[in-house]
Amino acid sequence: MGATDYVLEMNGISKSFPGVKALDDVTVKIRPGSVHALMGENGAGKSTLMKCLFGIYVPDGGEILLDGKPVSFAGSRQAIDAGISMIHQELLPIPFRPAMENLWLGRFPVRKFGPLSFVDHKKMLADTQKVFKDLNMEIDPKTWARNLSVSKLQSLEIAKAVSMNARVIIMDEPTSSLTGNEVELLFRIIRDLRAKGVSIIYISHKMEEILEISDEVSIMRDGRLVGTHAAEDLTTEMIISKMVGRDLTNRFPPRSNKPGEVVFSVENLCSAETKSFKDVSFELHKGEILGIGGLVGAKRTELVESLFGLRQIESGSVKLNGKAVFVSSSSAAIALKMALLTEERRVTGIIPMLSVLDNTILANIRHYIGKLGLINDKKCLADVEKSIASLRVKTPSARTRIKDLSGGNQQKVLIARWLLTEPEILILDEPTRGIDVGAKYEIYTIIAELAAQGKSIIMISSEMPELLGMSDRIMVMCEGRLTGILDGKTASQEEIMRLATQFM
Amino acid sequence: MAEKKATAPDPQSAALARRKAIKDFSIQYAIYIVFFVLVVGITIKAPAFLSIQNLRNILSMSATRIIIAMGVGGILITGGTDLSAGRQVGLAAVVSSSLLQFATYARRMYPQLSDLPIWLPILIAVVLCALVGLLNGLIVAYLKVPPFIATLGSMVAVYGMTSIYFDRPPYGAQPIGGLRKDFTTLGSGYIGFDGSYSIPYIVIIALVVALLVWVLHNKTRFGKNLYAIGGNVEAAKVSGVPVQKTLLIVYMIAGACYGLAGTLEAARTGGATNNYGNGYELDAIAACVVGGVSTSGGIGTVPGMLIGVIIFSIINYGLTFINMNPYWQQIIKGAIIIAAVAVDIRKYLSKR
Repeated sequence: MGATDYVLEMNGISKSFPGVKALDDVTVKIRPGSVHALMGENGAGKSTLMKCLFGIYVPDGGEILLDGKPVSFAGSRQAIDAGISMIHQELLPIPFRPAMENLWLGRFPVRKFGPLSFVDHKKMLADTQKVFKDLNMEIDPKTWARNLSVSKLQSLEIAKAVSMNARVIIMDEPTSSLTGNEVELLFRIIRDLRAKGVSIIYISHKMEEILEISDEVSIMRDGRLVGTHAAEDLTTEMIISKMVGRDLTNRFPPRSNKPGEVVFSVENLCSAETKSFKDVSFELHKGEILGIGGLVGAKRTELVESLFGLRQIESGSVKLNGKAVFVSSSSAAIALKMALLTEERRVTGIIPMLSVLDNTILANIRHYIGKLGLINDKKCLADVEKSIASLRVKTPSARTRIKDLSGGNQQKVLIARWLLTEPEILILDEPTRGIDVGAKYEIYTIIAELAAQGKSIIMISSEMPELLGMSDRIMVMCEGRLTGILDGKTASQEEIMRLATQFM
Repeated sequence: MAEKKATAPDPQSAALARRKAIKDFSIQYAIYIVFFVLVVGITIKAPAFLSIQNLRNILSMSATRIIIAMGVGGILITGGTDLSAGRQVGLAAVVSSSLLQFATYARRMYPQLSDLPIWLPILIAVVLCALVGLLNGLIVAYLKVPPFIATLGSMVAVYGMTSIYFDRPPYGAQPIGGLRKDFTTLGSGYIGFDGSYSIPYIVIIALVVALLVWVLHNKTRFGKNLYAIGGNVEAAKVSGVPVQKTLLIVYMIAGACYGLAGTLEAARTGGATNNYGNGYELDAIAACVVGGVSTSGGIGTVPGMLIGVIIFSIINYGLTFINMNPYWQQIIKGAIIIAAVAVDIRKYLSKR
């Protein structure tokens, strides 16, 4: 029965991490030669499900059937050999090698001369041309990968999957950095593949696209499957309500902050980068928590990094306490009593090999310089230990290397780093990303306390409940533009989602 | 079984724990163990090795190398490297000795030159190398040329400059000799009673430089910034660390160190040629690395660098002392560089 109806079945998959049930009895079945969309908010469990499929995570329960036969892959290599390939959101080609070498990487055709084997460039070129021709792709096999557009690179990845006889191709947010024409091209390729009997699992947030390209839609929420429906039975409104239909439990601390006068205002700010944010205007009040919502790719991080002097601004004005300011660098921002807790803790936050102490004082070393320009170690240690105590950082000592702490505690150290600079405006970019539930609550408590002390807070979050549970006001962005500012008390998840997908 | 476990640790897991403790200890102190084994090995072969005289010789051999290592060590901590160190040593040696030849010496480079106060030529050499370092820093920090390439270029160019200065009429490419007594005393003189129970001036100078660099790395904002840049340059930028300025300064300080080392090397050996210092950069980098400095940045201490230099001096001096074939010495040196890093890196690999 199963062998004829479905090419791939994921039956009752469950997966728990300490403190979170990431997947709870999720069943998704893929028909041959169909496009199956997988939808859900950030954190709904889509990528965890894919990682279980590829054997990157071992599911706690459930089974995966390929052609009706149970399989379990010990890594993406085995999945690819079995005919399941994934096109990732971030493409990582080898930049200074030709397209064809990227295509056949790891399986170059060879010609043998006795005991020696040489790469057969002629055959590689012919094979490449054949694959591109079959898929109607126009790529010069000899162009360096770095000279290919994102769209072409994606085509190259798809060609690679096809050349490996993939029968199921997973595409993770494939259109996130494509232009309108490129999306059309991708859809043409997808339709061709479907006609050839290849199945596509299409992961995306974009309603219109999903309704246009897919045959079936599975919607996930909080690690569970809400349902699988034929695409023609769905509307955008129905998808939104299924994606967010959840009530907020008591996951947030009470807040006693009282927003006061305007301390920070931004007018018509435009990024100097192409395809970034445009014409953003908003005000931030003293003691306020202003949430910024939106989907991945809404350019929220780019906005706050520009406010902090890490990216270039083309036009627009920024006022601090009524005075126009120009923030040219992060040190200028720090001097203006601003702080930025960045999104990628490991990439732009911690310095892994340094101690908790050195990580904490990093943004504020100037205040510890005593006689002869030497650092006052005692004062550093005293302040750091005070921070450790007040933020309840769990660490063996201030001298422990920060890399040995848990994610939640690393995040607290980074918050401590910024609090030592005594900021008036704190910008928090996804402050609870990758942190377990218990530590999240502690971070929320810290944020609420800071606001109650009169600090003004901008908090980017991709988690709807977090935005609604923590913000006084919520501004929503979509594709680099501000689509609305809502009152935190009365906003609904549906409203936010609508604004976040306004231009999609 | 289960009850037994609850009351006393079973022998097997205790043995495992002990083995793990020994392993952790040997990884943590690998450098010191190598040091110890080396000294014990040489002493067994030649018991006379353990003497004040030999210790003194090893220290005075190490002195200029310590100063060079202090310079390049700071750069390694930022995740950079400096291949021009050795050639800068040569530049400083040639320039300082050309200005410190005694008045009656027949082949003076500057026959008309009156006796300069000794500090002036030294200062000139130090400033000259600091300028070369500044140039390295500018190329790395502002032109974004990878440090390996930037300093490879300056290594070649500085040798050219030194040679032009060195090889010219009337005497051409002749070693610069006839150095003033006060200058050579700086290189070979000592404080104390006689030859063996005394401390050479250059050892004192090297230790003072090491102390200053230790203070710089551990007690100043500049030092904290060095480690932050080497540890995670993106995070450092976000936190307002002046990355470019810090890089500029670290290359400059390194240059000044090479300048001082080159001057002392000329004073110690009583002369200079344009080939002085050739290859010293690799010795210094190897010593730092053996002393636990990571070439990928962010890790390294001044005591580690000191130990690294001294280990190399012991290899050079000790193995010669027991009459080991010099080619075998090279093989042992190479093996120690690789082995030290292979063990040391275990400290930082994530435990999985």
